Amino acid sequence: MFGSLRDLMPIILVIAFFQMFVLQQPIEHVGTLITGFFFVLLGLTFFIYGLNMGLFPIGEAMAHAFARKGSIFWLMAFAFALGFGTTIAEPALIAVSNEAAEIASQAGHIAAGEDAMKLYATGLRFTVALSVGIAIMLGVLRILLNWPIHLMIMIGYTLVIIVTAFAPAEIIGIAYDSGGVTTSTITVPLVAALGIGLASSISGRNPMLDGFGLIAFASLLPIVFVLVYGIIV
Amino acid sequence: MELISEIQHLFMSTLFDVLPIIAIIFGFQFLVIRKPVKNLKKVLFGLFYVIFGITLFLIGLEEALFPLGKLMAQQLTDPAFIGAMTHAAGELEWSDYYWVYIFAFAIGMSTTIAEPALIAVAIKAKEVSGGAIGVWGLRIAVAVGVAVGISLGAYRIVIGAPIQYFIIVGYIVVVIQTFFAPKLIVPLAYDSGGVTTSTVTVPLVAALGIGLAQTVPGRSALIDGFGLIAFASLFPMISVMAYAQISDFRARREFKRREREFDRDEQSRNSAYDEEE
Repeated sequence: MFGSLRDLMPIILVIAFFQMFVLQQPIEHVGTLITGFFFVLLGLTFFIYGLNMGLFPIGEAMAHAFARKGSIFWLMAFAFALGFGTTIAEPALIAVSNEAAEIASQAGHIAAGEDAMKLYATGLRFTVALSVGIAIMLGVLRILLNWPIHLMIMIGYTLVIIVTAFAPAEIIGIAYDSGGVTTSTITVPLVAALGIGLASSISGRNPMLDGFGLIAFASLLPIVFVLVYGIIV
Repeated sequence: MELISEIQHLFMSTLFDVLPIIAIIFGFQFLVIRKPVKNLKKVLFGLFYVIFGITLFLIGLEEALFPLGKLMAQQLTDPAFIGAMTHAAGELEWSDYYWVYIFAFAIGMSTTIAEPALIAVAIKAKEVSGGAIGVWGLRIAVAVGVAVGISLGAYRIVIGAPIQYFIIVGYIVVVIQTFFAPKLIVPLAYDSGGVTTSTVTVPLVAALGIGLAQTVPGRSALIDGFGLIAFASLFPMISVMAYAQISDFRARREFKRREREFDRDEQSRNSAYDEEE
């Protein structure tokens, strides 16, 4: 609880400073504000408590179990399902894809009207979810086969740059943002635990060197996929 | 009473959001791994705490932080406010938006410190590195990266430059740093780009971007309002590698200094020994 208070202190200070010295406007509803901060505080405390109790142990236990089982097929299926399943329902992604549909419709890339926009937004959501699924799969494959991460990231960057050159200008901002919004608060700890669990149960892998990196793929590949989606549709 | 029903409502919707994840975990657990989960009760309680925690967190954010943050973003990007702060007549220049950049920096830094996903990764990084990477060191390095990224992103919206040039230059910096940074930090640094932008940061930063794009003449909220999150996920990679490079450099310098001192001591001891002889 005390630690969470320390985590939130900077936000409180920033807001107080700007309200008092820069904007110089009175804050309305001080009561709800304090209640709200109390909830944030409580929520953060519960989250971190539950993280160490449930999310981290189950992620690592499953990684160990898959490593012992030795079936690459099932591990890949799990990695893909985790990436796809956690992204398709992500509220931030739903919001972003609706906005993208609006942009595409205004720019005249798709037919005007609700149906075309809905189709575009749903297509975009599936594209991003697919890309995150493939990204986690690739990341797990990298841990198994010991591929160098920096080369893979550089190839990813090169792809982004090439595809950007061909993508319609309106989609570029949203595509670059989509990399950041895909990785949610529950996915990140789970994916981190999976990577570290795998790296520590396969001999010859270093958890520090090989365990991290899954999230990096999950935020790079959607950029490429969304740009390609923008070119095709 | 209203609050309780809201908590119920949000808890159900959070539960609905995480249902696919839970289904995948337990589906694979029971159908593929086919082994009982160790401490099943504890794990279930842990998952419940996580979902409950996120629910409370979201309610708090929506009650307190988001309305205020969005209002502040609007007020700060308001031409009337910017005009009043600069006392200048005529066209606004990019430097007249300085309060926006300062706000972008401060809000980027402070929301990143509170980001639950980053706390999770920092805990793991400390555990895996055996304490070499401190929880606070990583979090502050990432927060600085986000802060710089968002201020630069705000500057880009004001001047209206195409986003890809900034991102490509950022990529080049990341690639160059990769070759010089300590090997162990590289994967973690790459990851820190993705974890920074989630629950707390995204809504506030999006509000700032859209507010700016709406008020700066010649920008479209739909097209120019995006891209801040991309900056916020690129710059932490640079700042985390820089953090590792700086601590590495300092450790080496310290080592050299100690070595020199040791040599000096050795010499003086030797000379003392010589005198005795």
